[in-house]
Amino acid sequence: MKIFKNTMSKILVGTVTTSALLSVHTAIAEPSVEVMHFWTSGGEAAALSAVRQKVIEAGVEWEDAPVAGGGGDNAKTVLQARIAAGNPPTAMLMLGQNIIDWSKEGLLGDVDAVAAANGWDAALPQAVKDFTKIEGHYVSAPTNVHRTDMIWASKLAFDAIGADFPKTWTEFNALAPKFLEAGILPLAHGGQAWQEVYMFEAVALGVGGADFYKSALVELKEESLRSDTMVAVFKQLAELRAMVDENAPGRDWNLATAMVINGQAAMQIMGDWAKGEFTNAGLAAGDDFACIPVPKKVGDGFVYLVNSLSFFDQKDADRKAGQETLAAAIMDPAVQISFNQSKGAIPARKDLDLSALDSCAQATASDLAETDLAGQAVPTFAGTHAAPAAIVGAATDAITEFFNSDVSAEEGAALLAESILLAL
Amino acid sequence: MTMQITDPAVRRSAATKPDFRTRLQSWIPKLVLSPSLALIIVFVYGFIFFSVYLSFTDSRILPSYGWVGFENYDKLFRLRHWDIAVSNLVVFSSLYIIFCTVIGLLLAIFLDQKIRGESILRPIYLYPMALSFIVTGTAWKWFLDPGIGLEHTMHLWGWESFSFDWIKNRDFAIYTVVLAAVWQSSGFVMAMFLAGLRGIDNEMLKAAQMDGASNFQLYRRIIIPQLRPAFLSAFVILSHLAIKSYDLVVALTGGGPGRATEVPATFMYSYTFTRNQMGIGASSAVIMLLTIVAIMVPYLYSELREKK
Repeated sequence: MKIFKNTMSKILVGTVTTSALLSVHTAIAEPSVEVMHFWTSGGEAAALSAVRQKVIEAGVEWEDAPVAGGGGDNAKTVLQARIAAGNPPTAMLMLGQNIIDWSKEGLLGDVDAVAAANGWDAALPQAVKDFTKIEGHYVSAPTNVHRTDMIWASKLAFDAIGADFPKTWTEFNALAPKFLEAGILPLAHGGQAWQEVYMFEAVALGVGGADFYKSALVELKEESLRSDTMVAVFKQLAELRAMVDENAPGRDWNLATAMVINGQAAMQIMGDWAKGEFTNAGLAAGDDFACIPVPKKVGDGFVYLVNSLSFFDQKDADRKAGQETLAAAIMDPAVQISFNQSKGAIPARKDLDLSALDSCAQATASDLAETDLAGQAVPTFAGTHAAPAAIVGAATDAITEFFNSDVSAEEGAALLAESILLAL
Repeated sequence: MTMQITDPAVRRSAATKPDFRTRLQSWIPKLVLSPSLALIIVFVYGFIFFSVYLSFTDSRILPSYGWVGFENYDKLFRLRHWDIAVSNLVVFSSLYIIFCTVIGLLLAIFLDQKIRGESILRPIYLYPMALSFIVTGTAWKWFLDPGIGLEHTMHLWGWESFSFDWIKNRDFAIYTVVLAAVWQSSGFVMAMFLAGLRGIDNEMLKAAQMDGASNFQLYRRIIIPQLRPAFLSAFVILSHLAIKSYDLVVALTGGGPGRATEVPATFMYSYTFTRNQMGIGASSAVIMLLTIVAIMVPYLYSELREKK
């Protein structure tokens, strides 16, 4: 069996290297970085080009390797093949636990020298460090932080019924019949499994609070998964389930955002990447639409998602130099600001002057600073920061099944607990 | 002693040995076929064995070789998600095969009536097969969407009570997959039956007509029984298309609403490549392979036996 194993992996390596060799046509004789990512939409590409410019100015060649689609799933498949071939990219856009997984496989290098020289330890909030500094080494350079527990509200719709933005879940639920009466859909929703998981985590934090969120979704404790609080979370999800229209299944998130933009729907619960849709449509934050964190029943809270480029270990000195230039460019204060003007997120650094960003981003940044200090900032579950992909996948099955049926909150919570415990 | 080598005995042995040209000629077919044979052995059968092996290991994000026995299979069969996928496959494949065969046969029989313009009609029915399942899936997704497709159009035309929201309904969504797949494949099945119909001996039909057989009896007793090989080929092709159907589901429903239209192929992909559960993904692939084998082996057996 051992011989068989070796031959198989040699064959695998052989085929993939051949194809990799065929695709590399630039001769590399100077510092260079190959950046594999899935930022292909307009705002994302514009954001990345801020980094790219800085890297090129420093005399490093930039090889772009975009793999579109699937929220990074496709890129992940390509990465697996490249790693099997022993030819990982210089830098790769990866999320949450994936960084930790590859780091544990011993495949990531570090940029500790750059980090020490530029004082990353002081500049980054703990939340960001949790996913970039693994076992004491900076294996990844953060570009931005997204907040996922957000409500995007149409000013037009709220003016139509003369209501204020909801501060509690009771207020939130009471709004629904009023909107329906006025012929406005209360909640715009894209019925794809991953969107339902983001909605779930926002509700889990909003109803259960940060401590419950951590013990149920980060530590995956059985007593929290089977608790009454979890049933309460599913009860609120059931309220939301009743607010969406029949055409929601399969809808893309940006189409749901468009429904809020044109006033057809009042609110959407979605991460702050939705902001780009509003600003691209010419709407102004505060005047035409509002970005409000979901109501919090217990204490305060903030669900964060860190975007970062991770560095695969390189033997070639030119590539290593390229990695260090890239790391410094990503963390450059000016780059962080211009990157996030396009991306719609907030900078990963906490020591920047944010006056160039809009009011939504400024509010999000100050919320992060507060909750990070209070230990109430929690990592995203849907974005595989809180738990590995296997667990999130199992939970996704349960959550989407609940959201697309009429089973009771008790059954939904039990289903979630069973799915997660089976996948452990 | 050396002289004796040129003796008749030696010369005789040289004559029985074929010369280089003949030997080369007998070797050329083998030489030409051997690269493709080697490639198939490695890349088809080799990787099948590799997948089977992986299904018994603790592989997660990359292949690893810790032996875990049947644990992955045990987990697989405890997953609700897999149950849904398998029952969807049963519903989908049985309806798909039945409808494609019936519609294909009827179309073939109608086209075989020596009608005018057959050469125009035939490609019209056959062309959906030229589309990829992704195109079919996307087109049907729009067509079936109540907000923009058929239902919306009917409402615009004034038929307000018309309702067709199967694609958004978890209990009916799998039937929309059947609908799109049947639309795509029945023309192809028609072509297979048409070829079978053209191959039937005319003398036999004339003899039956002379004996006073009605048209219905002609088809029921003589023509359809003679199409047995076409039925078998249609069944085998359709069933393996059904088992490996992936792209149509992804494009049409994305496995939704919820997980209502998940099939084993989409299950396998998500477990192997996005959920870092390669072991479970591999075991689901093995189950799919065994299902196909269970269909193909009896078919090959009966086909090969007939040839003898």
